Amino acid sequence: MKRNDDFSVRHQKLAGMSDEELKAYFWKLAQQVVDPLLEYGRTHTTPSIERSVLLRMGFSSLEAKPMVDFAIANNMIGHGVGNIVYRLSKSEKISIREAGVALSEGKDWDKAAALFEGGAN
Amino acid sequence: MAEYKLNMDQRIDVEEILKDLDKYRPRRRGWEWRKPAKELKAGPFTYRDIAEPMAGESVGLMTAHYFENIDPQPLPSITTEIASGRFEDDIRRMRMVAHHGADHIMVIRTAGQSHFDGLIEGTPQGIGGVPITRKQVRAQRKALDMIEDEVGRPINYHSYVSGVAGPEVAVMFAEEGVNGAHQDPQYNVIYRNINMIRSFVDACESKKVMAWSGMVQIDGAHNANATAREAWKVMPELMVQHAINAIFSASVGIEKKNICLSTVPPSATPAPCVFMDLPYAVALRDLFSEYRMRAQMNTKYIESSTRDATVTHVLNMLISKLTSADIQSTITPDEGRNVPWHIYNVEACDTAKQTLLGLDGLMDMVELKKDGPLPEKVRELKERAVLFMEEILEVGGYFNAVEQGFFVDSGFYPERGGDGICREITGGVGAGTVFKRESDYMAPVTAHYGYNNVAQYDESAVNDPAKLIGGCTFECPEKIVYIDELDEEDNVNARMAETAQFRGKDCHMVRPEMEWLADGTVLINMFFPTSKRVAEAAALEVAKRMGLADAEVISREIMQQSEGTRVELKGRFLEEIDINELDIPEEPDVMTDDEIRADIERKPMVVVCGTVGDDEHSVGLREIIDIKHGGIEKYGMKVHYLGTSVPVEKLVNAAIELDADVIMASTIISHDDIHYKNIAAIDQLAKEMGVREKLIFIAGGTQVTPELAVANGADAGFGRGSKGIHDATFMVKRRRELEAAGKWPK
Repeated sequence: MKRNDDFSVRHQKLAGMSDEELKAYFWKLAQQVVDPLLEYGRTHTTPSIERSVLLRMGFSSLEAKPMVDFAIANNMIGHGVGNIVYRLSKSEKISIREAGVALSEGKDWDKAAALFEGGAN
Repeated sequence: MAEYKLNMDQRIDVEEILKDLDKYRPRRRGWEWRKPAKELKAGPFTYRDIAEPMAGESVGLMTAHYFENIDPQPLPSITTEIASGRFEDDIRRMRMVAHHGADHIMVIRTAGQSHFDGLIEGTPQGIGGVPITRKQVRAQRKALDMIEDEVGRPINYHSYVSGVAGPEVAVMFAEEGVNGAHQDPQYNVIYRNINMIRSFVDACESKKVMAWSGMVQIDGAHNANATAREAWKVMPELMVQHAINAIFSASVGIEKKNICLSTVPPSATPAPCVFMDLPYAVALRDLFSEYRMRAQMNTKYIESSTRDATVTHVLNMLISKLTSADIQSTITPDEGRNVPWHIYNVEACDTAKQTLLGLDGLMDMVELKKDGPLPEKVRELKERAVLFMEEILEVGGYFNAVEQGFFVDSGFYPERGGDGICREITGGVGAGTVFKRESDYMAPVTAHYGYNNVAQYDESAVNDPAKLIGGCTFECPEKIVYIDELDEEDNVNARMAETAQFRGKDCHMVRPEMEWLADGTVLINMFFPTSKRVAEAAALEVAKRMGLADAEVISREIMQQSEGTRVELKGRFLEEIDINELDIPEEPDVMTDDEIRADIERKPMVVVCGTVGDDEHSVGLREIIDIKHGGIEKYGMKVHYLGTSVPVEKLVNAAIELDADVIMASTIISHDDIHYKNIAAIDQLAKEMGVREKLIFIAGGTQVTPELAVANGADAGFGRGSKGIHDATFMVKRRRELEAAGKWPK
């Protein structure tokens, strides 16, 4: 879109504000711009977020990548890949590391899927 | 084996840094600001806007020797960016800049890393930057730990949390003690064409991790300056971009004191840039008073002249001084012509230190006007930014605004040029990779953003999700998995093997170097009395005959289109220099003050001196003579100073009349070798008058080479950096020699 500089017209509505009022209004608008973005972040996840969770759980980048790829392929990423590792380790009574390494090698995904059947707990 | 420590007299041993990296843990997290020292006294001066001095070693400004070698440190952190492609050579450069006052070292990522879906491991060579990996980060942080001990000040290490692997990079940085990072999802969207939803969802997690780690965050708004056609017109948009990232980050949990706006004075000379940039700087600091300012220098209008760039950068720092800067970043003056070289990183740090010291206390004497064009323009810019933000909301929010090309438009908002960068909500790298969290979504780790159903397993772990797994790597760093190398050929060991003969304590081979060890790069400055194109060709011919490889003209400046052109040329000198075969003149011999004084007491010494020829320079000689500068008078020598522009005849006649023992001639002007001609003339005249044997004749000046002074008839010559004690030592020793040989006639 092309538009000429119509500042002299547009700014009339702001002209009556004090500097403090203008500043407060600026930040109110900024908060309104970012609020929906923050809410989207709160309720969604991504492959990188899930890999970053797995790194913090003690897996290497080389282990984390296939785990997340398998989770996407199995339509399970929405549960959280760290959650899948955690639940598998509990049900199989193995360590977090053992559960994760198996998943990264493509093993035990059927068991994992069974643990999440029937939707949310 | 003993633990490796830095030694001031030896180059840093990169092999030692790389040893046992798998076991290395960083000593701290988070950013360290310089500590203010109000009214600091240093040498003869008192400073007002100053940080506590460095507790260890440092290199002061060139002129510091006039002022007791003081090295005061300005209040802002000083940034330099180092990323030559080989992190191992960058480690050596980091030590150099730390000694010159940098305490914020930023590493640029290799081209394409932002589109790499995951962490890069190992140590491949980079292009236009360094592949940021755990091993590379760990090695550089380890080296900086040692360097900060040497200089006696914390050094902040910094890189980028952006691209499609932002959250993973943020976690790795938090684990490895990285102190600061760029993080701004708008940068991904606008400049890297990464899907906008993915960028903002990832950014929530990245920022949450950075908040936990205490990292300082720098945004990416400055890139709009570098991208827009007329950079100063994007000022309203810049404030909007800053605001979006700032409030987004604060909402995620980063403390406002750790959120820095990356702000650049948008214009440059020949524009009246201070008049244009100052209102913007003031408006920004008014609106963002709770946040910090990272003042960056202008890169948009940089040419191949390092002088031109330096002047722009100094004017940028005038804006910092007139307003504020918590971090003063620097751009190397050679950025307009190549990937920065060692010497220019150091120059940029010195430029910042020199300028900020020179402007110390300025705002205690001047203030910005409260009426006239400044406040009018400040208000206008703020209103333009507010109108911009209103329109974002009118079109349905940020994503729609990006889709409609609101950003990096060349118009001065609300003017629109219709040439903004447009991105589709469903497009870009990583589109379709954002997934809704299920109601049982869970992540058992610290610093995780958003919905996390921990309660399904353990109500008591809701505020500490990592409790479910006995702590994550943030609590238990021993859980971090370290990967060394993945590529057998493209790694640091292979690169270092290629230059092995130039490394190590016993190494005696050298080559000139600008960025990588033994790269052979040299810079030659030339003037040809020809037009530009002829000068360029002539310069390349000179390089060819000098045997330089890969010669390239990197800068040309017209003096007058026919009278001549200045040319700067780079090339590579690939021969090896054996330092054992060099003829290195000995350091000047210096006697103790007491010894010299005793000899003058034993037998007085009369000195006649002056600056000879048509030469009005007096400072150098006064320093050699004056008692208050530690000159030769303090040893009891009787000095007759004849002044400046003294004819050589007058000097020799005065020596005869005063029955002097020593003629001391200062000769500064060196045009057409007049300094050596003056020396020869004095020697000749003294011989003709039959007094040469009865006199010690010494000559000095900034352009005097001792050997050439002697070749022209002086008994000794003293060049740049000489002090009274050097002259006095020579006079006393020479007199003793002559006495011992029975030649001293007195």
